[in-house]
Amino acid sequence: MSRIVQSGQYQLNVDDLKIAGSGDRMTLSIGPHHPSTHGVLRVILEIEGERIIKATPEVGFLHTGIEKNAEHLTWTQAITVLDRMDYLAPLSNNLGYVLAVEKLLGIEPPPRGRTIRILLTELQRIASHAIWLGTTALDIGSQSVLMYAFHIRELILDLFEEASGARMNPSYFRVGGLAEDVPEGFEEKVRAFLDEMPKRLKEIRTILDKNPIWLDRLKGVGVIDADRALALGVTGPNLRASGVPYDVRKAYPYAGYDEYEFDVPVGENGDSYDRYLVRVLEMMESHRICRQALERLEPGPVNVDDRKIVLPPKEELRHSMEALIHHFKLVSYGFDVPAGEVYQALESPRGEIGFYVVSNGKNKPWRVRVRGPAFYHVFALPAMMEGALLADMVAVIASADPVFGEVDR
Amino acid sequence: MLKAIAQGMGTTLRILFRKKETIAYPYEKKPRSERFRGRHELRRYSNGLEMCIGCELCQVACPAAAITVMPAENDPERPNSPGERYAWKYEVDMLRCIFCGLCEEACPTQALHLTQENELADFTRDSFIYARDRLVNQHTSDFTVPVNVYPEYNGWVPMHDGADGRETGRGPQALREADKA
Ligand code: SF4
Ligand code: SF4
Repeated sequence: MSRIVQSGQYQLNVDDLKIAGSGDRMTLSIGPHHPSTHGVLRVILEIEGERIIKATPEVGFLHTGIEKNAEHLTWTQAITVLDRMDYLAPLSNNLGYVLAVEKLLGIEPPPRGRTIRILLTELQRIASHAIWLGTTALDIGSQSVLMYAFHIRELILDLFEEASGARMNPSYFRVGGLAEDVPEGFEEKVRAFLDEMPKRLKEIRTILDKNPIWLDRLKGVGVIDADRALALGVTGPNLRASGVPYDVRKAYPYAGYDEYEFDVPVGENGDSYDRYLVRVLEMMESHRICRQALERLEPGPVNVDDRKIVLPPKEELRHSMEALIHHFKLVSYGFDVPAGEVYQALESPRGEIGFYVVSNGKNKPWRVRVRGPAFYHVFALPAMMEGALLADMVAVIASADPVFGEVDR
Repeated sequence: MLKAIAQGMGTTLRILFRKKETIAYPYEKKPRSERFRGRHELRRYSNGLEMCIGCELCQVACPAAAITVMPAENDPERPNSPGERYAWKYEVDMLRCIFCGLCEEACPTQALHLTQENELADFTRDSFIYARDRLVNQHTSDFTVPVNVYPEYNGWVPMHDGADGRETGRGPQALREADKA
């Protein structure tokens, strides 16, 4: 119902319009589609002038029900949806899930399968950190670094396409091994990439490392100390930047990481700049692991020798009735996994991603619960942002590297 | 400070004169890999028979429920595929498909193949339901009919194609010629 206020009767009580709160405190809602929030995040900020007094992140805008969906799919089919959780590191998701199921089944793929898994997940880490580097640099104003970093990632995605047929969501790992062996000539391509990548990264570092704008915007911004970070469940590069040398690959080795030699870069100040350094150094450590994995790669089978779990080769279907029966049974029904529950943690590019898988002995998971590291990082943002300037909000969110597919799942 | 900026600028300047990594996309395309998972196709044997036997495994394997297969019996005089069954109706909903490749893995006859074609944009939702007319490859492939699987196989050749059984007059000879052209 509209009401016309005539000019003579116009009265406005300005006090009614004031926002509750003391001083010039003001509530500002950012997102859920702010270009710099790296996904659909909403942050409700309470600011005084330019200072952030309180930040409240709100999540859930990208909720896709992936965990629930997985319960309706067979153990193999679930790989494809779990892939799409952390869309910048799908192979880490793959690996965590198949390792958990393999633990329940009590199987382990042969050495070649394990080595390829490690090789590809480490490439994935480089790709994910490259994206992080590019987008963070873009948020701070460096457009060229975005292009250079994306080029590193592009080269890796080409390798994924070569091996699995897809760039973003390879769904390449299977319970008991891989979807298929890597194609011929793959190793040379990886080698060529590994020769190229340190040069590219060095270029990026020459642009950023001493750049005064980069330093001003990152150093001493978004500080979180070790105790606070641990209390909030922060893991991965964000925790290591605060000085805690916790890396699941070292602490609870999985998938054969204990056989590889690599260091864990650790920062000391817990600010955005240390998070940058830790990630960049980690890319080089991943590079080291990839080199070692290539050296270990020897011809051989990639899948466990168990026809009740792994599909028989296609050529066999035309000659062996046995193989055909296994094939039909595996595709239509899948395989039963012994009842039980496991928790498998692994180091994704963002931190400790955990898969808590419960089986009731059937061909479908009874429950897949995922501990997404980025979820905890989003809720550590208020601690990082407290007292920071409004303009630094963007840099802080970027430096924590949240991926919202994983936060909201 | 100035030195650091100059160093950064120098790097970008050096990269500026390098060969460009970007491509002018719609005019220039990157070759896709051999295993690329794009649009589906149903292949034919070298003699023109369809490889798909309508076993519905792809439909069962699909995590996104994107495939619908309805099999029918082959007319022994004019079969579509070797054996008894063929896919009378075969539809893939490209809007549901997540291109995971599980269907290709599931297909026991290697009939289903994911091609390199990846530009599937269109204007209406209906146009994303790919039926037999767009899925069945009209060209023959190098696969030969596995005679050990079909012992009564006596050189059947397809007399008609298309879901409605309409005669198109494209027998194997016509197909082979089309292949050469
Ligand atoms: S590629 Fe995956 S989602 Fe698409 S039709 Fe095949 S099985 Fe279904
Ligand atoms: S495409 Fe393959 S899996 Fe699907 S119905 Fe035909 S033969 Fe069976």
